[in-house]
Amino acid sequence: MADLSVNTPATRLLDGPSGKRKRARFTPKRIMIYGALLLVSFYYLLPLWVMVMTSLKGMPEVRMGNIFAPPVEITFEPWVKAWAQACTGLNCDGLSRGFWNSVQITVPSVVLSIIIASVNGYALVNWRFKGSEIFFTILIFGAFIPYQVMIYPIVIILRELGLMGSVWGLVMVHTIFGMPILTLLFRNYFASLPEELFKAARVDGAGFWRIFLKVLVPMSLPIFTVAVILQLTGIWNDFLFGVIYTKPATYPMTVQLNNIVNSVQGVKEYNVNMAATLLTGIVPLTVYLISGKLFVRGIASGAVKG
Amino acid sequence: MLDTVPPVSSALDDISVSIRDLELAFGSVKVLKDLNIDIHKGEFLVLLGASGCGKSTLLNCIAGLLEPTGGQIFIEGQNVTWAEPSERGIGMVFQSYALYPQMSVKSNLSFGLKNAKLPKDQIEKRVARAAEILHLGPLLDRKPGALSGGQRQRVAIGRALVRDVDVFLFDEPLSNLDAKLRAELRVELKRLHQSLANTMIYVTHDQVEAMTLADRIAIMKGGVIQQLAAPLEIYNTPANLYVAGFIGAPPMNFIQGALRGTDFEGIINVPMQGYGFSAAPKDGAVVFGIRPEHVLVNDAAASCAVQTRVVVDVVEPMGADTLLWCTLGGDEFRIRLDGQTPIRQGDTITVGIDPARASLFDKETEIRL
Amino acid sequence: MTALPDPDRGAVRAKAAPARRPSRLLHNPMSKVAAMPMIATALVIFVGCSLWTVVHSFTDSKLLPRLNFVGFEQYERLWSSSRWITSVENIAIYGVTALVLSLVLGFLFAALLDQRIRAEGIFRTIILYPYALSFIVTGLVWQWVLNPDFGIQNVVRDLGFASFSFDPLNNPDTVMIALLMAGLWQGTGLVTVIMLAGLRGVDEDIWKATRVDGIPAWKTYLFVVVPILRPVFVTATVLIATGIVKLYDLVVALTNGGPGSATQMPALYVYDAMFAKQNLAQGFAASTIMLLAVLVLLIPWSIHEFGGKKRG
Ligand SMILES: Nc1ncnc2c1ncn2[C@@H]1O[C@H](COP(=O)(O)OP(=O)(O)O)[C@@H](O)[C@H]1O
Ligand SMILES: [Mg+2]
Repeated sequence: MADLSVNTPATRLLDGPSGKRKRARFTPKRIMIYGALLLVSFYYLLPLWVMVMTSLKGMPEVRMGNIFAPPVEITFEPWVKAWAQACTGLNCDGLSRGFWNSVQITVPSVVLSIIIASVNGYALVNWRFKGSEIFFTILIFGAFIPYQVMIYPIVIILRELGLMGSVWGLVMVHTIFGMPILTLLFRNYFASLPEELFKAARVDGAGFWRIFLKVLVPMSLPIFTVAVILQLTGIWNDFLFGVIYTKPATYPMTVQLNNIVNSVQGVKEYNVNMAATLLTGIVPLTVYLISGKLFVRGIASGAVKG
Repeated sequence: MLDTVPPVSSALDDISVSIRDLELAFGSVKVLKDLNIDIHKGEFLVLLGASGCGKSTLLNCIAGLLEPTGGQIFIEGQNVTWAEPSERGIGMVFQSYALYPQMSVKSNLSFGLKNAKLPKDQIEKRVARAAEILHLGPLLDRKPGALSGGQRQRVAIGRALVRDVDVFLFDEPLSNLDAKLRAELRVELKRLHQSLANTMIYVTHDQVEAMTLADRIAIMKGGVIQQLAAPLEIYNTPANLYVAGFIGAPPMNFIQGALRGTDFEGIINVPMQGYGFSAAPKDGAVVFGIRPEHVLVNDAAASCAVQTRVVVDVVEPMGADTLLWCTLGGDEFRIRLDGQTPIRQGDTITVGIDPARASLFDKETEIRL
Repeated sequence: MTALPDPDRGAVRAKAAPARRPSRLLHNPMSKVAAMPMIATALVIFVGCSLWTVVHSFTDSKLLPRLNFVGFEQYERLWSSSRWITSVENIAIYGVTALVLSLVLGFLFAALLDQRIRAEGIFRTIILYPYALSFIVTGLVWQWVLNPDFGIQNVVRDLGFASFSFDPLNNPDTVMIALLMAGLWQGTGLVTVIMLAGLRGVDEDIWKATRVDGIPAWKTYLFVVVPILRPVFVTATVLIATGIVKLYDLVVALTNGGPGSATQMPALYVYDAMFAKQNLAQGFAASTIMLLAVLVLLIPWSIHEFGGKKRG
């Protein structure tokens, strides 16, 4: 073995290729990949760009110019108008009314649905009782039933409860329809925690609520965040339930927005419309941009069943 | 690409794979440093080292799955440094098997060949041969999901086999199997090597696999080869302190001390006349090493020039042999004995040391003296 | 997970007569209280309301629901209504096209993002952001972008192509293109993210094996990766398909069913029958058909998913 040197100091390199292959910085393949991605990005960003640009132009400029061109003269008038003056029917107090309605609908719905679903998921994992899995299965399959099948009977239920047309009626509806996905989310999360944790707490004499509040909740912050993101965007963006279960005074922002933009009366003010549309989109967009990975996790949890 | 490169020199005649001044860095982290190995035709070389030392990285470089940042790789006389993996004349077997899960065993074997537009009868012949060698006949129409771990591993080997190449690369192929199956497949692999006579480069962190399979073992640490030699040579004359501690279980006992003339002086004094110094001995701080199984006890120790007495802390009878855990000069001292020893915990025993079987390392450089 | 032994029960048993077991109802009482909302939702809303609607679809309810059964009359009227037929045709055309395109594009985008590109996060953010928006917002933006007098058509004409014509919102033959442009804009990001997660889950060694075998990347995607991702495709299909059946908001905002009835959808038909035309039973019958459509999609999937092997 003497002829086979290990770690010899002198170079043993022979002729021919050596080290990293010299490649053009951008191969045709890479250029195509980036080209395709830029094209896709262009398509995806275009509406956002147009929305922002239009909302910053005055109406004369909108009529004259090109919707892609940035404003010659930036004006925030359309935003002010959309927020405070745009008309739906007889009301001319702008989208602000819908915004505050949406806040009043979304906040309690998010809180309520998450409290109920998390406790429920916990019970399903750690305190099973006869039939609990059957109800859960019905719940999950229920998530696939078209809402159209259930909307009218719910109208009757809300009427009986005296909640039809009120914010609280809609809160109840959102809590109900958020339950399948949220319960699944929490159930899977709690099931992934070590069972010993729960057993140890029980041996220490902790009961149902103590274990939940003192042991599980503190270590489940990420999943609560995911749930908040999921519900916040989902409920804010809802249109169907809003249009059915509320009345003009309590319409959420999406419904009011659609009424403003798609109203047939009056002269169309496209810049105001786009400002209104942007205003409605800003809340979920901000949530999305801030939450990033957690948002993806939220929608992925909806996608990955079982 | 290959045909533009003429065979380089007659120096490579007997060499199957030659790695020259190989270097690989991920960003600023150098994972492989100035590596040189020449692997003979038909040799079974094992790359052995702790997890993260760069074994897989080196193997992937040889396969062409990673691009080295410096140096050259020759396979069968061709400079393949820039060649695609499929053009290098290698077959590879992965730890996770990496079978194509939705294809039958037969399709797994033939997928690459079909893609290379090999004639149909050729494909049939090669698949049949691999199936025969690896006893895959009855499994050909099954999907990988319906196979046991050992069967999957054989299919993975089969996929390398049908490529009809000179060099096989294995990346920890047995580590996903249970201990019994691992031992069986180890023997099967050895048989396969004997009957095929291909060059095989085999990565593992399991020293038993390395010792039993290898013609030569390359022990790696931190992207550098510590020693490249036949298994027994590594066992008997480890090149440095790291290798000495790495090979053998339980590991070699080390005793700190100094060398004066040819005498080791520490908690025990050992005259080292019978020791094969690699160079003229120089005085200085050294580490004395002796393997647990080379320590003699009681009657057997009577004839030894060096003797001392230790108390047995723990006895671990393992059937075939027994391990004694003692303390010598405050350090743990391990002894391996025949399984039927009458020694009990708390006994005071006489231990003897044969200098000819010991190792000495420079304390500073950690290199064998 | 196995059911836990219940310490309470042990305690009760020690005090009470040894042979008597505590009542089933007292077992885990808190758990049952906690599950009440779920039980109520499952039974009252999902089962109860659905059955209520199905039952009332066999009545002649007009302004108010009543139980005067008329057999399949509502269904006969439904299937002889040209507007309903158009709705079903429309959703079939839109559904199949949107499903195929979003699967193909979603996979393609995911494969592009999987090429070790720079700024992957930025590209992913861009492709996914529309998914965070309301369908109403999506519909209104695209209505503006496609506006014939100011939008794409006008801009291209201003560039000198005076005869350029692209006005899908006012052309019944091409309005589906507008719906697809908006729908895919909003929904493909989700498919992309799901597919990308699937691609990232594919064993790295499989890719190495195909390189050693000399399989080109596109063939690997087609013949190795796509089959591996089959479950992901199935999940994505179910997700997209059930979403398409419910398609409502986007159409309302973008075209409101028009021009003519070129983008009428079953969900619009249901809404109009129930809340605009005071023809409740028609709405119930139409929504029952929607439920049936979902079941047809869902049952094979759930058998495939949960039937063969039980999963913990
Ligand atoms: N793609 C990579 N990027 C950065 N570092 C890597 C990469 N792959 C491996 N490494 C690092 O290189 C070292 C050697 O890895 P590897 O060759 O896989 O070790 P092993 O000997 O266990 O097979 C490890 O420290 C590992 O963290
Ligand atoms: Mg490795």
